Amino acid sequence: MDSVVNALTVSLYEGLVFGLLSIGLFMTFRVLDFPDLTMEGSFPLGGAVAATLIARGGLNPLLATLVALFAGAAAGAVTGLLNTKLRITALLSGLIVMVGLYSVNLNIMSGANISLLRENTIFKMVGNALNISGIWLSIVVAAIAAAIFFFILRWFLQTEIGLALRASGNNEQMVRGMGADTNKNIVITTAIANALVATAGALIAQNQGFSDVGMGIGVVVVGLAAVIIGEALFRPRTITQILLAAFGGTFIYRLFITVALRVGMPPQDLRLVTAALVVLALAIPFARKKLAGEWLPPATRS
Amino acid sequence: MPDDKHIPALRMVDVSKIFARKTLDEVKALDGVSLDINEGDYICMIGSNGSGKSTCLNVIAGVFPPERGGKILIKDNDVTNLPEYQHAKYVGRVWQDPSVGTCARLTIEENLSMAVLRGRTRGLHKAVSKSRRTSFKEALEPLGMGLENRLTAPVGTLSGGQRQALSLIMATITRPVVLLLDEHVAALDPKTAQIVMELTDMVVHRDNITALMVTHNMEIALRYGSRLVMMHKGKCIFDVAGARKAGLTIPDLMKAFEKEAGEMLHDDSTLLVSAAG
Repeated sequence: MDSVVNALTVSLYEGLVFGLLSIGLFMTFRVLDFPDLTMEGSFPLGGAVAATLIARGGLNPLLATLVALFAGAAAGAVTGLLNTKLRITALLSGLIVMVGLYSVNLNIMSGANISLLRENTIFKMVGNALNISGIWLSIVVAAIAAAIFFFILRWFLQTEIGLALRASGNNEQMVRGMGADTNKNIVITTAIANALVATAGALIAQNQGFSDVGMGIGVVVVGLAAVIIGEALFRPRTITQILLAAFGGTFIYRLFITVALRVGMPPQDLRLVTAALVVLALAIPFARKKLAGEWLPPATRS
Repeated sequence: MPDDKHIPALRMVDVSKIFARKTLDEVKALDGVSLDINEGDYICMIGSNGSGKSTCLNVIAGVFPPERGGKILIKDNDVTNLPEYQHAKYVGRVWQDPSVGTCARLTIEENLSMAVLRGRTRGLHKAVSKSRRTSFKEALEPLGMGLENRLTAPVGTLSGGQRQALSLIMATITRPVVLLLDEHVAALDPKTAQIVMELTDMVVHRDNITALMVTHNMEIALRYGSRLVMMHKGKCIFDVAGARKAGLTIPDLMKAFEKEAGEMLHDDSTLLVSAAG
């Protein structure tokens, strides 16, 4: 019984905090139709910036997290600008920035990692204020962060600018015909998405007590798995549903991984299992059509 | 200030467009076209494949600029080298493909919200407000398609004809200086095409919109509009308006074509005839 509650609470925390990353991924991959790999670098960037500012600069953890958010936005904006100003493809733009960020992150931390064990963090601040600790503390902080971004994004995506962003990923020709600058919209969206991802990185680093340059490896596939699960299970339509489905999908994915690890899956197989999960999720709709005898067009590269 | 009435809605001055320059496939799609579109003109632009009609619309819409030396003035504003999204301030457009003019993933009301903000700065106001919703219903009702009761339906669930009718409303809901119709009924089945064409005619007359409609179809070109422009090999070769336009027949058009193009009817012009049938 205890282990069930434990698995659920751990997954709930991770669902909320990694949910921010999933929403970031959703913004680029789904809303904008822009396969953005930047987040493999902006996730550890968030961790590196927050950890360095707290450990070396003694900055207030809240402020440090805010700076991490803007650092992520800047990284995302660079990807968007490479794509729109220099016409480098979306995939390559993200890849280039991701590779560059690896050195940036090493430079920020002056090394491969920074410990936060003896430092003040958002979690310790909230823990002292509310007199709670352990997993429930993690959940409360993650829930507050998730709620803040949920409400901001739910509002923003339904504003005039937000609507133009959503339309840009669907029909650029129409968006230009309606007088909106699609290039600008791409940069805004990649910036917002990576701001979310960096914030998730900053929070996770503070919760686990360290930031590591390698913590971003595989986050794109992990986020994709969560988004696909959310879409398949909840079939969201409205903005509210879409945002909630991202958190829900992340929670289910985390629960799956937690349970798999508890029943004896070796931790080194984690990413392989995730990769297989994504392949499965992407292949199911195709296989279903194939089995139904439907005609399918030749493979495309997009 | 000169009287607004005397400024043409749109002026094309010596506009040329060359594609695939300096290759074996070099084509002069537009060859020094000068055309004034006056306020209230309802022009049918006709021509065979490759005559330059679509290039003409694309240059006006700002999809690409004309060759150096050409000019596009909309209400005396030089828009020649402005990007497409800045032309949109003046130009409303309905494309041939219903999936281009509308956003499938967004709802009807979200699509219309994109449209009411054409040429305006987008801000952080709610995109679909109550007052906008009311005006959307009023705008959709005259279509007689029941779309006003389906404002929250994704546009992807509409038929091609419905999407094209919605496209038309989106292009005209904030009155454009010029409405561009790019063979906008050509991709529809004949019955739907007829309905959308009648709706177009109704909206253009009701709101007194200045329109430039490109068509392949001679019957449409004769039946609708107050002015007819014929394109051939990148040039305007025939331009009639008023009573002369109203009295035109298909044989007249063929004769004009032979005379102005200065050649016997060849393959591409027979295309024109068959499309009229």
